[in-house]
Amino acid sequence: MRMNCPHCGPRGLDEFIYTRDAALSRPRDGGAAPTQNWIDYVYMRENAAGPRREYWYHSAGCHAWLIVTRNVSSHEILSVDLP
Amino acid sequence: MRYSALSVITQALRGHTGWTPAWRKAEPAPHYDVVIIGGGGGGLATAYYLAKNHSVGRIAVLEKGWLGNGSIGRNTTIIRSNYGLPGNIPFYEFSMKLWEGLEQDINYNAMVSQRGIFNIYHNDAQRDAFARRGNAMRLHGVDAELLDRAALRREIPYLDYDNARFPVHGALVQRRAGTARHDAVAWGYARAADARGVDIIENCEVTGIDIANGVVKGVQTTRGAIGAGKVGIAVAGASSLVAAMAGLRLPIESHALQAFVSEGLKPLIDTVVTFGAGHFYISQSDKGGLVFGGDIEGYNSYAARGNLPTLEDVCEGGIALMPMLGRARLLRSWGGIMDMTMDGSPIIDKTPVRNLFFNGGWCYGGFKATPASGYCFAHLMAREEPHPVACAYRLDRFAAGRLIDEKGAGAQPNLH
Repeated sequence: MRMNCPHCGPRGLDEFIYTRDAALSRPRDGGAAPTQNWIDYVYMRENAAGPRREYWYHSAGCHAWLIVTRNVSSHEILSVDLP
Repeated sequence: MRYSALSVITQALRGHTGWTPAWRKAEPAPHYDVVIIGGGGGGLATAYYLAKNHSVGRIAVLEKGWLGNGSIGRNTTIIRSNYGLPGNIPFYEFSMKLWEGLEQDINYNAMVSQRGIFNIYHNDAQRDAFARRGNAMRLHGVDAELLDRAALRREIPYLDYDNARFPVHGALVQRRAGTARHDAVAWGYARAADARGVDIIENCEVTGIDIANGVVKGVQTTRGAIGAGKVGIAVAGASSLVAAMAGLRLPIESHALQAFVSEGLKPLIDTVVTFGAGHFYISQSDKGGLVFGGDIEGYNSYAARGNLPTLEDVCEGGIALMPMLGRARLLRSWGGIMDMTMDGSPIIDKTPVRNLFFNGGWCYGGFKATPASGYCFAHLMAREEPHPVACAYRLDRFAAGRLIDEKGAGAQPNLH
């Protein structure tokens, strides 16, 4: 896999760190009580095949956070955007 | 046909013309009492133990491809029970005991070889952690031995003991651990289940799960609808996709794991060795190839292949531990898809849908668990209560906060 970083151009996979699904959003209630929203956010996953938006960090490059759209069934990188 | 020394000699005299197929090519019937989705190690073992230990009527195993094409045929064949947490140790030890009697039980040579596993430690803190794990194992009746540097060097002289960054200080050893022939495990369970009347239906992909009023009624497949009294999902690697057919979301992500094998070499490594400072494990197959692997890729994947940075990382780990490996040539590599759960431990449980059961989340440790996974899933499906050694593997343990996190990595599946 190679990614086209908006700042640095095409770079190898080993410069990037995968972090998480970009579709997940953290509940805004502060987390004082263990609600179903928190359980879903922390533990439950859609884990579908096909294209997926995810956060990657260009750790060995420009240190930018990137939103990468990637087909998890083929590893094809569909787009790399700045958040 | 029963396999024995006599049958081999008799067949040799007849020019090997009398061998029969190990299992029938079954055609799907309109209805079964139990349908197992997934003809991998877990599904086949479940069908076998259902037929052997329980009276549940007609059983079918549905496999979308051919037997052994999934993770059961893609692993590095290691069997062990050197876990450290209470929910895990009894289960994996039960599995180890089943491995010890497996070949006689299923009348099939699975090449179970108890050659031992050496987990190498490289610093004081790691020695303390391994001593603790070894003690936990011994308290559960599992064999464990802590070796210091001199004792380890007598047994395994070829490690890089004086590596400047990762000096070898000793190892935690489980001598009853070892390897087994992975394909033979699938074939052996398939043959033994078939002999007890289980229909093994290959090239039969499940495309839907029929549910009425919260009760499972059967499955839709590429070979037509099949009714079922009970349905068990045992499709680790594709668990989320199959569970979604029943409207379920799981605490699982799919990740790719690679494995590697070198060219065939003369006998060199007579045990299983793991590197403690990185992620690397190695054994030698009976064909002579060095079989090794390391970390998962680190990003979600349904593609059964990995990328080069992981290959580089695994080989660096190997060479830091055993510099001699630099002279061996890599022959081939392959990948498989792992069901990575949020705590690194598996799930064997009922689902919110009545008569639909789930077995999955094996992370990259499913092979060693194959016998116990099948045994306990069969117990759960037949009796509707968990087997005592698998009672911690609940689907609701995440919401309830009863995680079984051996590595202590938290809800980060790519780090387990």
